[in-house]
Amino acid sequence: MYSQGLIGADGQTNETPEFLETFQKRIDAEEKVEPTDAMPEGYRRTLVRQIGQHAHSEIVGMLPEGNWITRAPSLRRKAALLAKVQDEGGHGLYLYSAAETLGVSREEMTEELHSGKAKYSSIFNYPTLSWADIGTIGWLVDGAAIMNQIPLCRCSFGPYARAMIRVCKEESFHQRQGYEIIMTLAQGTPEQKEMAQDSLNRWWWPSLMMFGPHDADSEHSDQSMTWKIKRFTNDQLRQKFIDATVPQAEYLGLKVPDPDLKWNEEKGGYDHGEIDWDEFWRVVKGHGRMNRDRIKDRRAAWERGAWVREAALAHAEKRRARKIAAE
Amino acid sequence: MTQSMPLWEVFIRPRNGLAHKHAGSLHAADEVMALQAARDVYTRRGEGNSVWVVPSAAITASDPDQAGENFEPTGDKIYRHPTFYEIPEEVGNM
Repeated sequence: MYSQGLIGADGQTNETPEFLETFQKRIDAEEKVEPTDAMPEGYRRTLVRQIGQHAHSEIVGMLPEGNWITRAPSLRRKAALLAKVQDEGGHGLYLYSAAETLGVSREEMTEELHSGKAKYSSIFNYPTLSWADIGTIGWLVDGAAIMNQIPLCRCSFGPYARAMIRVCKEESFHQRQGYEIIMTLAQGTPEQKEMAQDSLNRWWWPSLMMFGPHDADSEHSDQSMTWKIKRFTNDQLRQKFIDATVPQAEYLGLKVPDPDLKWNEEKGGYDHGEIDWDEFWRVVKGHGRMNRDRIKDRRAAWERGAWVREAALAHAEKRRARKIAAE
Repeated sequence: MTQSMPLWEVFIRPRNGLAHKHAGSLHAADEVMALQAARDVYTRRGEGNSVWVVPSAAITASDPDQAGENFEPTGDKIYRHPTFYEIPEEVGNM
Protein backbone atom coordinates (compact mmCIF):
# COMPACT_ATOMS: atom_id res chain seq x y z
CA MET A 1 0.00 0.00 0.00
CA TYR A 2 2.82 2.24 0.92
CA SER A 3 4.87 1.74 -2.20
CA GLN A 4 1.96 3.39 -3.93
CA GLY A 5 2.88 6.44 -1.85
CA LEU A 6 5.80 7.00 -4.19
CA ILE A 7 3.71 7.35 -7.34
CA GLY A 8 4.36 10.85 -8.65
CA ALA A 9 6.97 11.54 -5.97
CA ASP A 10 9.47 14.12 -7.07
CA GLY A 11 12.84 13.38 -5.53
CA GLN A 12 14.58 16.26 -7.32
CA THR A 13 17.09 18.20 -5.25
CA ASN A 14 19.24 21.27 -5.91
CA GLU A 15 21.69 20.85 -3.07
CA THR A 16 25.46 20.86 -3.59
CA PRO A 17 27.14 17.50 -4.26
CA GLU A 18 29.07 17.84 -0.98
CA PHE A 19 25.87 18.26 1.02
CA LEU A 20 24.24 15.29 -0.66
CA GLU A 21 27.34 13.17 -0.14
CA THR A 22 27.50 13.98 3.58
CA PHE A 23 23.81 13.15 3.91
CA GLN A 24 24.24 9.87 2.03
CA LYS A 25 27.13 8.91 4.30
CA ARG A 26 24.87 9.31 7.32
CA ILE A 27 22.23 7.14 5.64
CA ASP A 28 24.79 4.49 4.70
CA ALA A 29 25.98 4.42 8.31
CA GLU A 30 22.36 3.60 9.30
CA GLU A 31 22.06 6.86 11.25
CA LYS A 32 18.45 7.93 11.75
CA VAL A 33 17.45 11.31 10.33
CA GLU A 34 15.45 13.45 12.77
CA PRO A 35 13.11 16.32 11.83
CA THR A 36 15.50 19.11 12.82
CA ASP A 37 18.45 17.63 10.89
CA ALA A 38 19.58 19.04 7.57
CA MET A 39 18.13 16.91 4.77
CA PRO A 40 17.80 17.20 1.02
CA GLU A 41 14.57 18.88 -0.03
CA GLY A 42 13.75 15.85 -2.19
CA TYR A 43 14.10 13.55 0.81
CA ARG A 44 11.74 15.73 2.81
CA ARG A 45 9.25 16.00 -0.03
CA THR A 46 9.27 12.26 -0.71
CA LEU A 47 8.58 11.53 2.95
CA VAL A 48 5.83 14.14 3.29
CA ARG A 49 4.11 12.53 0.33
CA GLN A 50 4.63 8.95 1.40
CA ILE A 51 3.74 9.40 5.09
CA GLY A 52 0.76 11.58 4.18
CA GLN A 53 -0.57 8.97 1.75
CA HIS A 54 0.05 6.26 4.31
CA ALA A 55 -1.95 8.25 6.89
CA HIS A 56 -4.77 8.86 4.41
CA SER A 57 -4.86 5.11 3.67
CA GLU A 58 -5.39 4.33 7.34
CA ILE A 59 -8.20 6.88 7.62
CA VAL A 60 -9.96 5.97 4.36
CA GLY A 61 -9.42 2.31 5.28
CA MET A 62 -11.87 2.77 8.14
CA LEU A 63 -14.72 3.24 5.65
CA PRO A 64 -15.00 -0.19 3.97
CA GLU A 65 -14.83 -1.92 7.36
CA GLY A 66 -17.08 0.55 9.14
CA ASN A 67 -19.68 -0.59 6.60
CA TRP A 68 -20.04 -3.90 8.50
CA ILE A 69 -19.87 -2.87 12.17
CA THR A 70 -23.63 -2.83 12.65
CA ARG A 71 -24.01 -6.15 10.82
CA ALA A 72 -21.25 -8.19 12.47
CA PRO A 73 -22.62 -11.69 13.12
CA SER A 74 -21.81 -11.83 16.85
CA LEU A 75 -20.84 -9.59 19.73
CA ARG A 76 -17.33 -11.09 19.68
CA ARG A 77 -16.88 -10.20 16.02
CA LYS A 78 -18.38 -6.77 16.53
CA ALA A 79 -16.09 -5.91 19.46
CA ALA A 80 -13.04 -7.05 17.45
CA LEU A 81 -14.09 -5.09 14.36
CA LEU A 82 -14.75 -1.94 16.39
CA ALA A 83 -11.32 -2.26 18.01
CA LYS A 84 -9.70 -2.78 14.61
CA VAL A 85 -11.38 0.26 13.04
CA GLN A 86 -10.39 2.33 16.07
CA ASP A 87 -6.80 1.13 15.61
CA GLU A 88 -6.84 2.29 11.97
CA GLY A 89 -7.88 5.73 13.16
CA GLY A 90 -5.03 5.69 15.68
CA HIS A 91 -2.54 4.59 13.02
CA GLY A 92 -3.63 7.47 10.82
CA LEU A 93 -2.99 9.88 13.69
CA TYR A 94 0.50 8.52 14.47
CA LEU A 95 1.35 8.95 10.80
CA TYR A 96 -0.08 12.46 10.44
CA SER A 97 2.03 13.42 13.47
CA ALA A 98 5.15 11.97 11.83
CA ALA A 99 4.45 13.93 8.63
CA GLU A 100 3.81 17.13 10.58
CA THR A 101 7.36 16.99 11.99
CA LEU A 102 8.48 17.72 8.40
CA GLY A 103 6.67 21.05 8.34
CA VAL A 104 3.39 20.17 6.62
CA SER A 105 0.20 21.01 8.54
CA ARG A 106 -2.67 18.64 9.29
CA GLU A 107 -5.02 21.06 7.50
CA GLU A 108 -2.92 20.99 4.34
CA MET A 109 -2.88 17.19 4.32
CA THR A 110 -6.63 16.95 4.92
CA GLU A 111 -7.25 19.46 2.15
CA GLU A 112 -5.06 17.46 -0.26
CA LEU A 113 -6.98 14.27 0.50
CA HIS A 114 -10.33 15.96 -0.03
CA SER A 115 -9.31 17.68 -3.25
CA GLY A 116 -7.95 14.44 -4.69
CA LYS A 117 -4.42 15.82 -4.90
CA ALA A 118 -3.13 13.29 -2.38
CA LYS A 119 -3.78 9.61 -2.99
CA TYR A 120 -4.43 6.72 -0.65
CA SER A 121 -4.04 3.01 -1.26
CA SER A 122 -5.97 1.73 -4.29
CA ILE A 123 -7.29 -1.21 -2.24
CA PHE A 124 -9.85 0.93 -0.42
CA ASN A 125 -11.60 1.76 -3.65
CA TYR A 126 -13.12 -1.72 -3.78
CA PRO A 127 -16.49 -2.35 -2.09
CA THR A 128 -17.07 -4.66 0.91
CA LEU A 129 -20.00 -6.68 -0.41
CA SER A 130 -20.24 -9.48 2.15
CA TRP A 131 -19.24 -10.25 5.73
CA ALA A 132 -16.50 -12.49 4.32
CA ASP A 133 -14.84 -9.35 2.94
CA ILE A 134 -14.13 -8.24 6.51
CA GLY A 135 -12.23 -11.48 7.02
CA THR A 136 -10.41 -11.18 3.70
CA ILE A 137 -9.41 -7.59 4.39
CA GLY A 138 -7.84 -8.59 7.70
CA TRP A 139 -6.11 -11.61 6.21
CA LEU A 140 -4.93 -10.25 2.84
CA VAL A 141 -5.06 -6.46 3.01
CA ASP A 142 -3.61 -6.18 6.50
CA GLY A 143 -1.27 -9.05 5.65
CA ALA A 144 0.05 -7.10 2.66
CA ALA A 145 0.25 -3.94 4.76
CA ILE A 146 2.35 -5.76 7.38
CA MET A 147 4.72 -7.05 4.65
CA ASN A 148 5.22 -3.44 3.61
CA GLN A 149 5.38 -1.96 7.07
CA ILE A 150 7.88 -4.27 8.73
CA PRO A 151 10.80 -2.99 6.62
CA LEU A 152 9.50 0.57 7.19
CA CYS A 153 10.28 0.10 10.91
CA ARG A 154 13.91 0.49 9.76
CA CYS A 155 13.22 3.52 7.56
CA SER A 156 15.95 6.16 7.78
CA PHE A 157 13.52 8.85 8.97
CA GLY A 158 13.17 8.45 12.75
CA PRO A 159 9.56 9.59 13.35
CA TYR A 160 8.25 7.39 10.51
CA ALA A 161 10.20 4.36 11.74
CA ARG A 162 8.93 4.86 15.30
CA ALA A 163 5.32 5.21 14.14
CA MET A 164 5.70 2.00 12.13
CA ILE A 165 6.92 0.05 15.15
CA ARG A 166 3.73 0.92 17.01
CA VAL A 167 1.58 0.19 13.98
CA CYS A 168 3.19 -3.21 13.32
CA LYS A 169 2.70 -4.30 16.94
CA GLU A 170 -1.00 -3.55 16.70
CA GLU A 171 -1.56 -4.78 13.16
CA SER A 172 -0.82 -8.41 13.93
CA PHE A 173 -4.18 -8.74 15.70
CA HIS A 174 -5.90 -7.40 12.57
CA GLN A 175 -4.52 -10.11 10.37
CA ARG A 176 -5.25 -12.90 12.82
CA GLN A 177 -8.84 -11.84 13.46
CA GLY A 178 -9.36 -11.68 9.69
CA TYR A 179 -7.97 -15.15 9.11
CA GLU A 180 -10.15 -16.48 11.92
CA ILE A 181 -13.26 -15.05 10.25
CA ILE A 182 -12.35 -16.66 6.91
CA MET A 183 -11.46 -19.95 8.60
CA THR A 184 -14.85 -20.05 10.34
CA LEU A 185 -16.60 -19.50 7.01
CA ALA A 186 -14.38 -21.95 5.12
CA GLN A 187 -15.14 -24.67 7.68
CA GLY A 188 -18.86 -23.85 7.80
CA THR A 189 -21.77 -24.70 5.49
CA PRO A 190 -21.20 -24.97 1.71
CA GLU A 191 -22.83 -21.54 1.34
CA GLN A 192 -20.44 -20.03 3.88
CA LYS A 193 -17.45 -21.62 2.18
CA GLU A 194 -18.67 -20.26 -1.15
CA MET A 195 -18.90 -16.81 0.43
CA ALA A 196 -15.27 -17.07 1.57
CA GLN A 197 -14.15 -18.23 -1.90
CA ASP A 198 -16.07 -15.42 -3.62
CA SER A 199 -14.41 -12.91 -1.34
CA LEU A 200 -10.92 -14.31 -2.02
CA ASN A 201 -11.69 -14.18 -5.75
CA ARG A 202 -12.47 -10.48 -5.58
CA TRP A 203 -9.65 -9.39 -3.24
CA TRP A 204 -6.68 -11.47 -4.36
CA TRP A 205 -5.58 -9.36 -7.32
CA PRO A 206 -6.28 -5.96 -5.74
CA SER A 207 -4.18 -7.14 -2.74
CA LEU A 208 -1.23 -7.91 -5.04
CA MET A 209 -1.60 -4.44 -6.56
CA MET A 210 -1.12 -2.90 -3.10
CA PHE A 211 2.64 -3.39 -3.52
CA GLY A 212 2.66 -0.89 -6.36
CA PRO A 213 3.88 -1.12 -9.97
CA HIS A 214 6.48 -3.64 -11.19
CA ASP A 215 10.03 -2.60 -10.32
CA ALA A 216 10.70 -1.83 -13.97
CA ASP A 217 7.84 0.71 -13.97
CA SER A 218 8.46 2.15 -10.52
CA GLU A 219 10.35 5.30 -11.45
CA HIS A 220 11.04 6.72 -7.98
CA SER A 221 11.95 3.46 -6.33
CA ASP A 222 15.75 3.66 -6.77
CA GLN A 223 16.15 6.98 -4.98
CA SER A 224 13.98 5.78 -2.10
CA MET A 225 16.07 2.65 -1.78
CA THR A 226 19.30 4.71 -1.77
CA TRP A 227 17.89 6.96 0.94
CA LYS A 228 16.75 3.83 2.83
CA ILE A 229 13.20 5.07 2.98
CA LYS A 230 12.30 1.68 1.56
CA ARG A 231 14.37 -1.47 1.95
CA PHE A 232 12.83 -3.88 -0.55
CA THR A 233 11.48 -3.37 -4.03
CA ASN A 234 7.77 -3.69 -4.84
CA ASP A 235 8.25 -7.02 -6.61
CA GLN A 236 10.34 -8.47 -3.78
CA LEU A 237 7.63 -7.66 -1.24
CA ARG A 238 4.87 -8.93 -3.53
CA GLN A 239 6.74 -12.23 -3.92
CA LYS A 240 7.12 -12.59 -0.15
CA PHE A 241 3.42 -11.94 0.29
CA ILE A 242 2.40 -14.56 -2.28
CA ASP A 243 4.76 -17.16 -0.84
CA ALA A 244 3.38 -16.58 2.65
CA THR A 245 -0.29 -16.45 1.66
CA VAL A 246 -0.78 -19.33 -0.79
CA PRO A 247 -0.22 -22.03 1.87
CA GLN A 248 -2.66 -20.20 4.17
CA ALA A 249 -5.33 -20.41 1.44
CA GLU A 250 -4.53 -24.09 0.86
CA TYR A 251 -5.00 -24.79 4.56
CA LEU A 252 -8.51 -23.36 4.31
CA GLY A 253 -9.30 -25.39 1.19
CA LEU A 254 -9.76 -22.18 -0.79
CA LYS A 255 -8.44 -21.66 -4.29
CA VAL A 256 -6.30 -18.65 -5.18
CA PRO A 257 -7.90 -17.24 -8.37
CA ASP A 258 -4.77 -17.44 -10.52
CA PRO A 259 -4.61 -20.33 -13.05
CA ASP A 260 -0.91 -19.58 -13.68
CA LEU A 261 0.09 -19.83 -10.03
CA LYS A 262 2.60 -22.61 -9.52
CA TRP A 263 5.52 -23.47 -7.26
CA ASN A 264 8.90 -22.78 -8.79
CA GLU A 265 11.39 -25.10 -7.12
CA GLU A 266 14.38 -23.28 -8.59
CA LYS A 267 13.57 -19.86 -7.18
CA GLY A 268 11.96 -21.29 -4.05
CA GLY A 269 8.81 -19.25 -4.58
CA TYR A 270 5.58 -19.15 -6.56
CA ASP A 271 5.29 -17.94 -10.14
CA HIS A 272 2.11 -15.97 -10.70
CA GLY A 273 -0.03 -14.77 -13.58
CA GLU A 274 0.04 -11.27 -15.06
CA ILE A 275 -1.45 -8.49 -12.94
CA ASP A 276 -4.03 -6.30 -14.68
CA TRP A 277 -2.09 -3.05 -14.59
CA ASP A 278 -4.77 -1.22 -16.58
CA GLU A 279 -7.14 -1.84 -13.70
CA PHE A 280 -4.49 -0.72 -11.22
CA TRP A 281 -3.88 2.62 -12.96
CA ARG A 282 -7.60 3.15 -13.51
CA VAL A 283 -8.22 2.83 -9.77
CA VAL A 284 -5.17 4.93 -8.82
CA LYS A 285 -6.36 7.68 -11.16
CA GLY A 286 -9.73 7.85 -9.46
CA HIS A 287 -11.94 5.58 -11.53
CA GLY A 288 -12.35 2.60 -9.24
CA ARG A 289 -15.78 1.56 -8.02
CA MET A 290 -15.60 3.40 -4.71
CA ASN A 291 -13.22 6.35 -5.29
CA ARG A 292 -15.95 8.96 -5.40
CA ASP A 293 -17.88 7.53 -2.46
CA ARG A 294 -14.79 7.39 -0.29
CA ILE A 295 -13.88 11.03 -0.86
CA LYS A 296 -17.50 12.08 -0.55
CA ASP A 297 -17.71 10.31 2.83
CA ARG A 298 -14.45 11.83 4.09
CA ARG A 299 -15.53 15.32 3.05
CA ALA A 300 -18.95 14.86 4.65
CA ALA A 301 -17.35 13.70 7.91
CA TRP A 302 -15.05 16.73 7.89
CA GLU A 303 -17.78 19.22 7.05
CA ARG A 304 -20.32 17.76 9.47
CA GLY A 305 -17.71 17.81 12.22
CA ALA A 306 -16.84 21.48 11.63
CA TRP A 307 -19.25 22.77 14.29
CA VAL A 308 -17.71 20.43 16.88
CA ARG A 309 -14.20 21.76 16.17
CA GLU A 310 -15.43 25.35 16.25
CA ALA A 311 -17.37 24.80 19.48
CA ALA A 312 -14.38 23.11 21.14
CA LEU A 313 -12.10 26.00 20.23
CA ALA A 314 -14.67 28.59 21.35
CA HIS A 315 -15.12 26.75 24.65
CA ALA A 316 -11.35 26.58 25.18
CA GLU A 317 -11.10 30.31 24.51
CA LYS A 318 -13.93 31.09 26.97
CA ARG A 319 -12.29 28.98 29.70
CA ARG A 320 -8.96 30.68 29.08
CA ALA A 321 -10.53 34.15 29.33
CA ARG A 322 -12.32 33.20 32.58
CA LYS A 323 -9.12 31.88 34.07
CA ILE A 324 -7.28 35.09 33.24
CA ALA A 325 -10.13 37.19 34.72
CA ALA A 326 -10.01 35.16 37.93
CA GLU A 327 -6.27 35.66 38.38
CA MET B 1 -11.53 26.14 9.58
CA THR B 2 -9.86 29.47 10.21
CA GLN B 3 -8.18 28.70 13.54
CA SER B 4 -6.00 25.61 13.73
CA MET B 5 -6.11 23.15 16.61
CA PRO B 6 -3.21 23.55 19.06
CA LEU B 7 -0.58 20.80 19.16
CA TRP B 8 0.12 18.82 22.37
CA GLU B 9 2.95 16.49 23.31
CA VAL B 10 1.88 13.31 25.10
CA PHE B 11 3.86 11.61 27.89
CA ILE B 12 2.89 8.26 29.36
CA ARG B 13 3.99 6.46 32.50
CA PRO B 14 4.01 2.74 31.66
CA ARG B 15 3.66 1.75 35.32
CA ASN B 16 4.39 3.04 38.80
CA GLY B 17 8.07 3.48 39.47
CA LEU B 18 8.89 4.50 35.90
CA ALA B 19 9.18 8.00 34.48
CA HIS B 20 6.67 9.49 32.04
CA LYS B 21 8.05 9.01 28.55
CA HIS B 22 7.25 10.88 25.35
CA ALA B 23 4.71 8.85 23.34
CA GLY B 24 3.79 11.23 20.51
CA SER B 25 1.70 14.28 19.79
CA LEU B 26 -1.85 15.23 18.86
CA HIS B 27 -4.09 18.21 18.14
CA ALA B 28 -6.83 19.27 20.55
CA ALA B 29 -8.72 22.43 21.44
CA ASP B 30 -7.77 22.40 25.15
CA GLU B 31 -6.05 20.32 27.82
CA VAL B 32 -9.25 18.45 28.75
CA MET B 33 -9.80 17.21 25.20
CA ALA B 34 -6.07 16.62 24.75
CA LEU B 35 -6.07 14.25 27.72
CA GLN B 36 -9.09 12.37 26.41
CA ALA B 37 -7.62 12.06 22.93
CA ALA B 38 -4.24 10.98 24.36
CA ARG B 39 -5.96 8.21 26.29
CA ASP B 40 -7.76 7.03 23.12
CA VAL B 41 -4.81 7.33 20.75
CA TYR B 42 -1.89 6.20 22.90
CA THR B 43 -3.26 3.79 25.55
CA ARG B 44 -5.52 1.30 23.78
CA ARG B 45 -3.60 -1.71 25.09
CA GLY B 46 -2.59 -1.00 28.65
CA GLU B 47 0.42 1.14 27.68
CA GLY B 48 0.24 3.13 30.88
CA ASN B 49 -1.48 4.29 34.05
CA SER B 50 -0.84 8.02 33.82
CA VAL B 51 -0.79 10.58 31.00
CA TRP B 52 0.65 14.09 30.77
CA VAL B 53 -0.18 16.49 27.97
CA VAL B 54 1.95 19.59 27.40
CA PRO B 55 1.34 22.34 24.83
CA SER B 56 4.06 21.82 22.19
CA ALA B 57 4.50 25.59 22.07
CA ALA B 58 5.54 25.53 25.76
CA ILE B 59 8.58 23.36 25.04
CA THR B 60 11.93 25.08 24.66
CA ALA B 61 14.34 22.88 22.72
CA SER B 62 18.09 23.10 22.22
CA ASP B 63 19.16 24.44 18.85
CA PRO B 64 20.04 21.56 16.51
CA ASP B 65 22.70 23.74 14.87
CA GLN B 66 24.45 23.94 18.23
CA ALA B 67 24.29 20.21 18.87
CA GLY B 68 28.06 19.89 18.40
CA GLU B 69 28.88 22.76 20.70
CA ASN B 70 26.45 21.47 23.33
CA PHE B 71 27.06 17.78 23.35
CA GLU B 72 30.40 16.95 21.75
CA PRO B 73 32.55 18.22 24.65
CA THR B 74 31.51 15.23 26.79
CA GLY B 75 32.81 12.82 24.16
CA ASP B 76 36.46 13.04 25.25
CA LYS B 77 35.79 13.17 28.99
CA ILE B 78 36.15 9.47 29.49
CA TYR B 79 37.38 10.08 33.04
CA ARG B 80 33.74 10.69 33.95
CA HIS B 81 33.07 6.97 33.57
CA PRO B 82 33.96 4.32 36.16
CA THR B 83 35.78 2.12 33.63
CA PHE B 84 38.46 4.86 33.22
CA TYR B 85 39.98 3.87 36.57
CA GLU B 86 42.10 0.79 37.13
CA ILE B 87 41.31 -1.05 40.37
CA PRO B 88 43.27 -4.24 41.18
CA GLU B 89 41.21 -7.40 41.03
CA GLU B 90 42.09 -8.31 44.62
CA VAL B 91 40.15 -5.28 45.81
CA GLY B 92 36.96 -6.80 44.45
CA ASN B 93 33.91 -5.10 43.03
CA MET B 94 33.79 -1.38 43.37
